[in-house]
Amino acid sequence: MSEQGAAEESTAVLVSEFLQRRQEQIAQRWADADLFRTVFTVSRDEAVEACKAVVDALSEAAAAGRVDDITAPGFRRVRDQLGRMAASRARTGASPGQIAGEVADLRQPVIALLRGEFPDPAGDQAQECVLALTRLTGTLRVVVMETALSAGEEVIARQREQLLEVATPVIKLWDGIVAVPLIGTLDSARSQVVMESLLNAIVAERARHAILDITGVPTVDSLVAQHLMKTVAAARLMGAECVVSGIRPAIAQTIVHLGIDLGTVVTRSSLADALAYALRRQGIVVASGPPVGVSLS
Amino acid sequence: MQTSSDTGTIRLPIGSDVDLAWVRQQVRQVAAELGFGLVQQTKLVTAVSELARNTLIHGGGGQVEMTALYRGPARGLRLAFTDSGPGIRDIDQAMTDGYTTGSGLGMGLSGAKRLVQEFSIDSSPGQGTTITVAAWATGLPHPRAEAG
Repeated sequence: MSEQGAAEESTAVLVSEFLQRRQEQIAQRWADADLFRTVFTVSRDEAVEACKAVVDALSEAAAAGRVDDITAPGFRRVRDQLGRMAASRARTGASPGQIAGEVADLRQPVIALLRGEFPDPAGDQAQECVLALTRLTGTLRVVVMETALSAGEEVIARQREQLLEVATPVIKLWDGIVAVPLIGTLDSARSQVVMESLLNAIVAERARHAILDITGVPTVDSLVAQHLMKTVAAARLMGAECVVSGIRPAIAQTIVHLGIDLGTVVTRSSLADALAYALRRQGIVVASGPPVGVSLS
Repeated sequence: MQTSSDTGTIRLPIGSDVDLAWVRQQVRQVAAELGFGLVQQTKLVTAVSELARNTLIHGGGGQVEMTALYRGPARGLRLAFTDSGPGIRDIDQAMTDGYTTGSGLGMGLSGAKRLVQEFSIDSSPGQGTTITVAAWATGLPHPRAEAG
């Protein structure tokens, strides 16, 4: 190991020892800082405990000589806690920039304590230690931000999956007639879910007619049309006839200009027309009875 | 190109399915603000959807530049889709109805051309592709590139 590397390592060990020795004092000071004070509002003891855990993490990262490494094992243990804290701050309206600022505010109290440890705060060793600790708190800031961001990504991914499920209900309109009201963008993942749930419903309901309503689909381009035709073909293989309904005037003109041939697909402008078509095909007659409330006798 | 005074250009990235949805929404909004009717909006957004997907799938991603056009009383929108993908070897073939290198319907390029008033492709193998289209809100009679 180079001389400089060895010197850096011994500095990091010094910082680590300092953090262990002064853990209680640091925790007491941090507990009054905005970041911890605003999250742990119920009891100050809780805040102090949380602070101690973070001090431990910094100490462990320093002991391993990895003051710049956000993947240091020490940080892993407090990652959950930091993520919850950042999320809690974000919920109360703090911007990512504010949260980063609050983490940065933790540096000053601990640096002040560190300087007090040295008989000559301007000496070389003191400077080295302050620098190492500054880098360490900078790394802590990155860890907090990274944790907060990845938590956000997880939420988004989960919501995407939920949306796939929620947005494709299959509705039984009549004995042997099911309908799927499609809403929003019909990308490949969504259309796969639509096809699966429709085919399952055809089996479960013993449906002979299936209606795909695209009233809520803003854009029908060639990919969407292709998805629709594939779904229709798959339903046909299962013995069900598909009707595509909800084709608005603007969509109809666009499909014609685009040059897509939907000639093999039965289409209707409204869901009501599609239902009427399916009922007629099944030989079901809907007759208007006497007005409600009028006695026949 | 005829002279037309241009205002600010909006540049949007095309790198994922989510970007496609965003580009469609932005184009629809800007077109509505420029006074495009519902049918014109739908046609333009559909053309944009085709071209943006081409940029994503065949070009490996890129960007679109959106510029509002003012030519006298006419209001229009010009969109330039740029990628640095493999380029198009035979443009005439690519513009043919039903021709596809992927698994699509092969209506993307040719269909998009029929949905807008101005259409041009600049591409060569290995040099990427730029497709520029323009559409005009009703007002002046506009020259049609296609016959019939």
